[in-house]
Amino acid sequence: MSQLPDQPVTGGAPLLSVAGVSKAFGDNQVLQSVDLTVERGEVVAIIGASGSGKTTLLRCLNGLETPDAGVVRVGDVSVDFGAGFAGRGGAKALERARGTLRDQSAMVFQHYNLFPHRTVIENVVEGPVVVQGRAREDALEDARALLERVGLGDKADAYPHQLSGGQQQRVGIVRALALKPELLLFDEPTSALDPELVGDVLLLMRDLAAEGWTMVVVTHELQFAREVASKVAFVDSGAVLEMGPPAQVLGAPQEERTQQFVRRLTHPL
Amino acid sequence: MDIDWSLFWDSLGPLALAAVAGTIPLALASFALGMVLAVGAALARLSRNRLVSALARLYISVIRGTPLLVQLFVVFYGLPSLGLVIDPWPSAIIALSLNVGGYAAEVVRAAILSVDKGQWEAAYMVGMSRRTALRRVILPQAARVAVPPLSNTFISLVKDTSLTSLILVSEMFRKAQEIAAFTQEFMLLYIEAGIVYWVICLALSSGQLRIERRLERHVAVA
Repeated sequence: MSQLPDQPVTGGAPLLSVAGVSKAFGDNQVLQSVDLTVERGEVVAIIGASGSGKTTLLRCLNGLETPDAGVVRVGDVSVDFGAGFAGRGGAKALERARGTLRDQSAMVFQHYNLFPHRTVIENVVEGPVVVQGRAREDALEDARALLERVGLGDKADAYPHQLSGGQQQRVGIVRALALKPELLLFDEPTSALDPELVGDVLLLMRDLAAEGWTMVVVTHELQFAREVASKVAFVDSGAVLEMGPPAQVLGAPQEERTQQFVRRLTHPL
Repeated sequence: MDIDWSLFWDSLGPLALAAVAGTIPLALASFALGMVLAVGAALARLSRNRLVSALARLYISVIRGTPLLVQLFVVFYGLPSLGLVIDPWPSAIIALSLNVGGYAAEVVRAAILSVDKGQWEAAYMVGMSRRTALRRVILPQAARVAVPPLSNTFISLVKDTSLTSLILVSEMFRKAQEIAAFTQEFMLLYIEAGIVYWVICLALSSGQLRIERRLERHVAVA
C-alpha cells in the first residue's frame, strides 16, 4: 500500500474551531450558536436525526453555507461571519473569505458529485491542475497512485457513470485527497450507497483515519463512529447536545435525546 | 398545370448556389454571433447584479416581443435616418444574431439552471471561482442539455433568413424571386425554393441527432 502524500502531523493547536455559529433558513433556525473544536489527527463523527442541522454545520465549515453569525477557523484561516460582509463590496469580500476557508479543506459528498463529463482521473486532477496550478504530469502521477491505492487503478479512464456507487464514492474521496487539504469533510458518504457497497467506503475511511488525517464525518453509521471516531458529537435541534469519546456518547449517553436516538439506531424494531 | 421541368432543373443550380453562398453562411454567421449574445445574456440574466439582470431581461423581452421582420427593417431602413447606413449583409447579420441571441438566451439560461446544484458545490469544493466553475463544469454540462432546443433554433434561423430578401440580401429566396419575376413561373420557383429549404433542414435534423448521440456518450440515462 503506497503512502498518501503530505500526511498531516498530529498535535499542536486545534486544526478546526467553530465558535457561536448560527444559521437560519427563513424562520427555521437550523444552527443555534454551535461550538466545536477538532484537534489535528482527530476523527469527529457528527450524528443526529435528519433535519437536526448536522449537514448544515458541516457545510458551514467550508463556506458552502454562510453562517449568519459566528467564527469558523481552519488552520490559519479564520472567518468571522457575524461582521464585515454587509454593504458595498461585502458580497465580494464574503466570496473571497469563503474561498480561502474552502481551500483549507476538501469535501466528500453524499451523492459523490463527480463531474460526469470528465473521466475518473480528470476528475481527480481538475482541482490540482486547474486551480492549484500544479504540473499536469505530476498531478496525473499522484492521481494514478491514489486511484491504485483505493483499488481503482484500472478505472482511471472510465467515466463516472460507468462505475458503481461505491467506486464513484471512492473516486470522490480520491478527488478530495488529491487537493492535499488539512481537513477532510464527509457528508453522509455512504447514505446513497447500496448496503453491500458501504463496507468498501468505510474501510477506506478507516484507513485514512489510521494514517492521521483529520476528518469530520456526518454519518448514520454508528459502528463506524464507535470504531473509528475519536469523538462523537450528537447534534439535536441545531446544537451540539453531547460530545465526547464514542464509548461515552454512544455507550452511556447522558442526555435523554441522545439515549433515544442511539436506541432507535441500534434497535430500529 | 403543366410543370416546366427544364426550368425546374435549370433553376436548381442557381438556387443551390444562392443557398451555399447566401443562406447558409448568413445562418452560420448569425448563429455564431447569436450564441455569444445568448450566453452573455443568459449569464447576465442570472447575475446577482439587479441592473445587469434587468437589462438582459429587457433585451430578451424586446426581441421575443417584436417580429423579426420589424427588427430587420429597423436596422436596414430605420437606422439610416439616424445617419447610420449599414449594407444589406451586415444589417441582416446584426438583426438575425440579435434575434437568435434573444431566443437562445432563455434556452441557455434554462440549461444552466438544469445542472445539478451539487456540480457547483463540487467545483467550489475543488477551489474553483464562480467563473472557472461555469467554464469548466457547468457550461459543458449545460451545453448537452441545450443542444436539442438550440438545433431547433438554428433550423428556424435557416428558414428565417428568407426574410432578409426584403432588405435586399442576395440569398436563396431572393434568387427564386428574381427567376420567378423573369420567367413568370411563380408557383414553380417558390415550391422549388421550399424544397431546397426542406432538404437543408432534413440534413440539419440528421446532424442534430448525431450530435445528441455523441453528447450522451458519457452520461448515464437518468
